[in-house]
Formats: sequence, C-alpha cells, structure tokens
Amino acid sequence: MNVFFKLTTTTGQPLYLQLMQQIRHAAETGALQDGDQLPGIRTLAEELVVSPNTVAKAYSELEHDGLLELRQGSGAFVCVKRRTRSLADHVQVARRRLRDLVERLREDGLLDEEIRRAFEAELLYPAETVRKQ
Amino acid sequence: MTSTPVIQTRDLTKSYGSAAAVRGLNLSVEPNCITAFLGQNGAGKSTTIKMLLGLVRPSSGEGTVLGMRITDAEENREMRRKVAYVAENKPLYGYMTVEQTIRFVSSFYTDWRADIASKLLNEYKLPPQRKVKSLSKGMRTKLALLLALARRPELLILDEPSEGLDPVGIEHLLQMLVALAADGVTIFFSSHQIAEVERVADHICILDNGRLLVNASLDELRQSYRRIDLVFPVPPPEREFQIVGVERIESKGHEMRVFASKNAEAVVERAHNLNAVSVEVAPVALREIFLETVKEN
Repeated sequence: MNVFFKLTTTTGQPLYLQLMQQIRHAAETGALQDGDQLPGIRTLAEELVVSPNTVAKAYSELEHDGLLELRQGSGAFVCVKRRTRSLADHVQVARRRLRDLVERLREDGLLDEEIRRAFEAELLYPAETVRKQ
Repeated sequence: MTSTPVIQTRDLTKSYGSAAAVRGLNLSVEPNCITAFLGQNGAGKSTTIKMLLGLVRPSSGEGTVLGMRITDAEENREMRRKVAYVAENKPLYGYMTVEQTIRFVSSFYTDWRADIASKLLNEYKLPPQRKVKSLSKGMRTKLALLLALARRPELLILDEPSEGLDPVGIEHLLQMLVALAADGVTIFFSSHQIAEVERVADHICILDNGRLLVNASLDELRQSYRRIDLVFPVPPPEREFQIVGVERIESKGHEMRVFASKNAEAVVERAHNLNAVSVEVAPVALREIFLETVKEN
C-alpha cells in the first residue's frame, strides 16, 4: 500500500466519506493506478484505527460508483476508467476557476482567512440547497 | 440496519434510596457495530452495564441482551455464556502468574478456546510466568481482554477499558477492538474519553445524570450537528430561532450563536430572512456535542 490516508475527526464529515474522497483523489492523481490492490477491510481498519464498518462502507460505495472492484476473498482492486481520468481534467479546470475567483476576492479586499471561512461555510451547505439557489 | 438489537432496554431505572442512578433508559444497540457509551463519571454508565449483565437488579423497567431478559435468572445464565465483560477495575488475583490466571479462569468455562488464549498470549506479548501484581496497567487490560475473548463472545462489554492506560496503551486497545469488530464481535464500551471514541465508534450513546440524551450514529451526528454564528444589525428575539433541531441559542450584543442537532439549513434561511449580515456555519466536534448536551441537561 503506497497511499497515505488522513482521516480527521474535526471536520463535519463522516470518516467513510473522507476515505472515499481520498481513494478517489488518489485514483485521479495517479497515486493509485488501474488494477492496484487496496488493503483488506480488517487491515485498513486496524491501520487507521477506525471501525471496520467505516472501511466497509467506503469500499462498498466506491464499488457502487465503479471505482473499486471487490473480489470475494482477495480484496479490493482499483479500476480507473476513462471517466475517472476526465475527472482529473475537471479538477484542473476547477482549480483554474478557483484561482480566478480567489484573485477577484482578494482584489475586493477580502483577507485570505475571510475567503477560507466563506468557502468552508459554503461547502457545509448540502448539495441540493446550492442547486436550488 | 434492520437486524434485531443485541441490547434493548425499556424504561430501565435504578434507584438507590431516593437517588436515581439510571432513569427510564431506552437503549438500543445494533449488532456488528462498535457502540460507545459516553458519560461523565457518575452518569450511570457502570450501573447500566451491571443491570444489563444481571449483576444489579433494576428498580423498574426491563431489558434484553441477545434476546434474553436481564431479570430472568435462567435466561441470564444463558446470556452470560455468550457475553464477555471486562470490568473497570479488572479484578484479577495478584499472587497468580499470567499462566495460572488463564488456567484458573478457563476451568469455569466448558467452551474455553485454548487456541485463542495462546494465540492472544503471543500477540499481546504477555509474560506467562510474571505475577499479575507486577503487570503494568496496559498488560492487565490485555490479560483481562484475553480472558474475555478466549470464550468467543458474541457481544463484548467493556467498562472504561482505557482507564489508566497511557496513549500507546490506548492505541493498542483501540486496535484490538477494531480487529475484534472485524471478526464480527459486537462491542459496547463505556468511556469518558471523547478522542478515543471519535474514531472507532459507529454509534454513540450519551448518558448524563442517569438519562440517555443522545443515541445516534456518529456519521449522522457529524453530518447534522452544526454551530451557526450570526451577526445582526438589530438582533431578533431568540424565539425566532426556536425551531426543530435547535438545541441552544446564545446571544451577545449583535451576535447570536445557534447550536442545531439538525435542520441547520432552516436556521440559515431564517437568518437570511431576518437580515443577518453574517452567517457562518461550522461543524461541531464530538467533544463540543458532548459538552453542549451535558450542559443542556
């Protein structure tokens, strides 16, 4: 296993979601490659010292999303399809847009700390609320 | 989860004279989960655990553990064979060696698994010839766990297992609990250490002053509990925010702080309608949830 996972208890985000995002991110950046094997549920749970249900839930949701393939008795394997690669492109585009936005907010006189707080506050809205707006 | 709860109580109450230690407890613990039972010292955690095990008789109310009634002597005996319990003070005979202790305890159980005992003895690196009285607290905890686990329990109940352990010992203990859960053992443990609970628990029960105040999955708590800081040019009356899910409101001049266990979006919407000039939503750590809940009570 050559990927580091960092789970924190201070964000308002369930641990299984953090784990899912980090695995997805690793696949997008290429830290995890197609066919790579992830540790078993027990092994990863012991390593991260989290409930095995947390790992199981993250794995099964990722399997549902098509990013992992769970094989009976032999573990979890990464399957990076074209869709995931294009996600990496999306992330790049998003970063450029964010950079522009941050630049504009700085020009408006906002401090970095204020931008960060506003950004984090927005992220805490559930996805539907944002869409409605 | 739709499976039958491994622990279920209805209006479970214990009074000592006029003092109530546990009041009308309605507890439900899911199988194949790690459930943490949080509360301050004296909140009634140990009394609850002892009632569940049939060691203390409830004043009123009822409960089942693995489907067996806790007040029925016959069913209680049956239940005790499937449930392992690690008590807070881990009562062991100091004059016995580790090996003697294991042999002594094993003689009480017909279904004792010597293979598991010797495997754990190795894994936990317990010195077989060492006298119990000269073991460190961490080693005593490991020995107590070994004695509980060599019976392959369906349910493991631990009362303040990390009490007196150093950070390394606590980390070991949590790793052991995680490994057990991976083997399908349901775990119910009491603690007043938030940090250790935050990572390993699937489910949280908060007991305060004998009452169960929170009984929810940790994921749910993380996702729904929010602190909303508001600034108003003219502060509206607090009652404007007394809606479902709002646990507490604090006001200081133009600022208002709202703790919501759910429904944070509704609070934000209302704040905008009341012309708030600043609305900040932040997650609430379990420590804060615990302190808020206990303060409210």
